[in-house]
Amino acid sequence: MYDQIARNKRRTFLMLLGFVVVITLAATAIVLLFGGGWVGVVIAFVIAMALAWGSYYNSDKIAIAASRAKPADETEYRRYHNLVEGLCIAAGLPKPKLFVVDDPAPNAFATGRNPKHAAMAVTTGLLEKMNRVELEAVLAHELSHIKNYDILVTTIAVTAVGTIALISDIGLRFAFWGGMSDRRDNNGDSGPIGAVIAIASLAVLMLAPFAGYLMQMAMSRNREYLADASGVQLTRYPPGLISALEKLRDDQAVVHHATKATAQMWIEQPLETDQKKAGSKFNNLFDTHPPLEDRIRRLQEM
Amino acid sequence: MVAVIVIVVLVILLLLFFWLGYNRLVKKRNQVDNAWSQIDVQLKRRHDLIPNLVETVKGYAAHERGTFEAVTAARANAINAQTPVEQAQAENVLSGALKSLFAVAEAYPDLKANQNFLNLQEELTSAEDRVAYARQFYNDSVLGYNTQIQKFPTVLLAGMFHFEKREYFDAAPEDTETPQVQF
Repeated sequence: MYDQIARNKRRTFLMLLGFVVVITLAATAIVLLFGGGWVGVVIAFVIAMALAWGSYYNSDKIAIAASRAKPADETEYRRYHNLVEGLCIAAGLPKPKLFVVDDPAPNAFATGRNPKHAAMAVTTGLLEKMNRVELEAVLAHELSHIKNYDILVTTIAVTAVGTIALISDIGLRFAFWGGMSDRRDNNGDSGPIGAVIAIASLAVLMLAPFAGYLMQMAMSRNREYLADASGVQLTRYPPGLISALEKLRDDQAVVHHATKATAQMWIEQPLETDQKKAGSKFNNLFDTHPPLEDRIRRLQEM
Repeated sequence: MVAVIVIVVLVILLLLFFWLGYNRLVKKRNQVDNAWSQIDVQLKRRHDLIPNLVETVKGYAAHERGTFEAVTAARANAINAQTPVEQAQAENVLSGALKSLFAVAEAYPDLKANQNFLNLQEELTSAEDRVAYARQFYNDSVLGYNTQIQKFPTVLLAGMFHFEKREYFDAAPEDTETPQVQF
């Protein structure tokens, strides 16, 4: 358990380094193509950050509104409140605001920029289908997303991907609209080596957004494994989460008010995916969540 | 000139180490203290639930007097316990007494269907969870604190300012035995 937590944290760090590498590559490509353009890179970063910041700062409100969640009544959802309060004691966190989504598909999500501004929502389907131990395991997983600052990590990933997309967009536009001729004026006698560099740079600019997106998804899956492991660290009972995940796997319902934008916050991928139809390895690259079978196997190894 | 700069930088680094290292130790130690008092808070919460539970069961099974008296006495003992060991023992007896109370309730279908009783049962289960979680958080805090004072270089600071190692909360040996409940 402690091993898995440490390993997943190391992996997050490596992925963040990966983003830095891709951004640097794209920026270098621009500089090589146009003999300058660092200013454009900085502007791209600032724009991407401004865009991501708004959604980060209001993450709790946006997610709650998008999923049509209602505040969970203290007496009606007594068990839900009790379990979260207990887990918060174990985690040393303040109690997040609790919400319920009226939906028969069992699922749950957590959001908020830090533990003090956190919110958690579960579907009515989850409350009905899970027993006390399983529900506690799911809530511990969600609380771990809050404890591990996953919204912050996601925001950093989104910022990085946005920066990459903007850089390559700017670069490719310049390349089309006469940027290339400027380059020829600056160093006209660069010869075949110059051409190779130009083509390679264009290739980098075209592939960078794709690579960034794949990395963002990989990061999201990595944080799921981490939340599973830290959730178990709270309950100290892997079988609880295992049987909860098995119930999720066997349930075929799909959450109504989930979109691609909010997909990565739920405990299980809320949208119809190829995963349940045993999709190919390539499809898995675009998933926000690892296959449930994989998650169950890792829990069994604890 | 270079030598002076080097010395100044070294002194600043040393001060920084003292400042940050000391503050971190204080923070961790306070967290351990807080976690310890959190256990008491949760125990008290559990004790507060019991009179209500006893009253509810009494309404349906008034003649099971021995059981009620055992629970009430065990609760009084738990509240008055002084040392952690006493406390652990008293809590254990209380858990046993509550178990027999719920066993009694099994024989009364009307009681088992009573919404108030079901709520109390849920409250008591989560109260017990909370006590367990508070202990777990205390032990986690002690783990973090003890690791910090043993790690280099903070071990030097810990020795200098007498940051002592803390004990984990262990279930007392009596805890693992089945409690004797008198009827």
